[in-house]
Amino acid sequence: MNPVLVKDLHYAFGDHVAVDGVDLSLEPGEVFGLLGPNGAGKTTTLRVVTTLLPAPPDTVLVEGLDVVRSRRRVRRLLGYVPQQLSADGTLTGRENVALFARLFDVPRRGRAEAVDAVLDAMGLSESADRTASTYSGGMVRRLELAQALVSAPRVLVLDEPTVGLDPVARSGVWDRIHEVRRANGMTVLVTTHAMEEAELHCDRVALMHRGRLRAEGTPAELTAAIGPDATLENVFRHHTGDTLEAGGMRDVRAARRTARRVG
Amino acid sequence: MSVLPAAPPAASAERSSPTGEIALLLRRVGAMCLVELQKLRHDRTELVTRTVQPALWLVVFGTTFSRLHAIPTGGTPYLDFLAPGILAQSALFIAIFYGIQVIWERDAGVLAKLLVTPTPRVALVASKAFAAGIRALVQALVVVVIALLLGVGMTANPLKLLGAAVVVVLGSAFFCCLSITLAGVVLSRDRLMGIGQAITMPLFFASNALYPVDVMPGWLQVINHVNPLSYEVEALRGLLVGTPARLGLCFGVLVIAAAVMITVASALLPRLAR
Repeated sequence: MNPVLVKDLHYAFGDHVAVDGVDLSLEPGEVFGLLGPNGAGKTTTLRVVTTLLPAPPDTVLVEGLDVVRSRRRVRRLLGYVPQQLSADGTLTGRENVALFARLFDVPRRGRAEAVDAVLDAMGLSESADRTASTYSGGMVRRLELAQALVSAPRVLVLDEPTVGLDPVARSGVWDRIHEVRRANGMTVLVTTHAMEEAELHCDRVALMHRGRLRAEGTPAELTAAIGPDATLENVFRHHTGDTLEAGGMRDVRAARRTARRVG
Repeated sequence: MSVLPAAPPAASAERSSPTGEIALLLRRVGAMCLVELQKLRHDRTELVTRTVQPALWLVVFGTTFSRLHAIPTGGTPYLDFLAPGILAQSALFIAIFYGIQVIWERDAGVLAKLLVTPTPRVALVASKAFAAGIRALVQALVVVVIALLLGVGMTANPLKLLGAAVVVVLGSAFFCCLSITLAGVVLSRDRLMGIGQAITMPLFFASNALYPVDVMPGWLQVINHVNPLSYEVEALRGLLVGTPARLGLCFGVLVIAAAVMITVASALLPRLAR
């Protein structure tokens, strides 16, 4: 069974078509990267997969469950880390994680141990009792991973997990993700516009551009098809005629604000 | 790594029986209220700053108006009459800005993260409502202490105090959800800030918090009758300082108003997550 299955997904905010016929089928235990510039429709796709935006029935399945009809059961299987740094700065690391343990009904017996274990796995044991406002960006990201992982999700969904982090913090975040995945076999769906990172950390990638998938495969397959020494950046340019850096943060924010007004 | 569980906790609450659903709701509200208490423990400055305004109302406005003897309170000292009104007002001021917190949580991704947990929307809203109630209760305690220091004769009957606490929570729940509803309509922090400021004072002045209903002009009495704040004040006054109050009616209005507002706010919450 595919952990995530998307069949011909379309999504529009008013007149703006954000996702225009996307198919995805993830394999159990893989890290699947959805790559593309800002505004390509990656986040919208994720928001449908995570039940935040509605989809027609039988378009999007998580572990065989329809994200519309079995919304709550799907949510139990998901761990989600949004793009923004979303941990609560006024709570300690431990309190942040314990909240999510309760929201996912981790049984009272063993809950404290589960929280400790996941904080330890994210390298936050030492700072667990400090408020998150004292954490660095990389630590907040790892704390959010701990929040998402305390319920032992089958599918971990990450939206631009390393945006704004320095290289050391980035590799710290990725190392933790791989460790957990090796240990429990969860599937990871991640969006990014950092091509070198995708090349390094994703088993398979799909290149997304203006709401459509332009290419899909392992990073090695995709680059080999273009030529020796090609990078995913070259692959992307080859398939879209566009560069990844097109559109900055400001564009996304503006697009989102528009989307919010219409939607 | 081996200590990390490999499967999600068994979803015992997934049997969609009504009792299971209610148990889930209560667990979720409990979890969110706990977090609210933890936040308060880590940041006490807010508690202190929020105390300033009700203290001013009681100490400056209250004591001055007591000397004027201008407001017919039916034999009750004016400070005694005023204290429950200020209590309700300070709860209102906390609750009415909860929508701004929800919009902030939307912008910070917190709301999306919470909506992707197996938590019914109504539980998220009810949690906010009760969290507002808890904050208001902490605030109420401060107002009661100030009132006692100023010599207001308040009840020591634990049942009546408990009743007053329930009234404060219900009133806060209503105004908190009114605020979340407005947030779901206007979708922007700035606009909500403006609306919040535009409605709090009218709600306060068109209530019996500062003066009895009888002295109001007719049109204001009409507004007063549909203003839940008045029922909150009437119940608090009856319970805390023993003035005549239609307790049954007040509780009824507050319970229904809070329930309706929680429902409306829950229906509008997903608009914020889009």
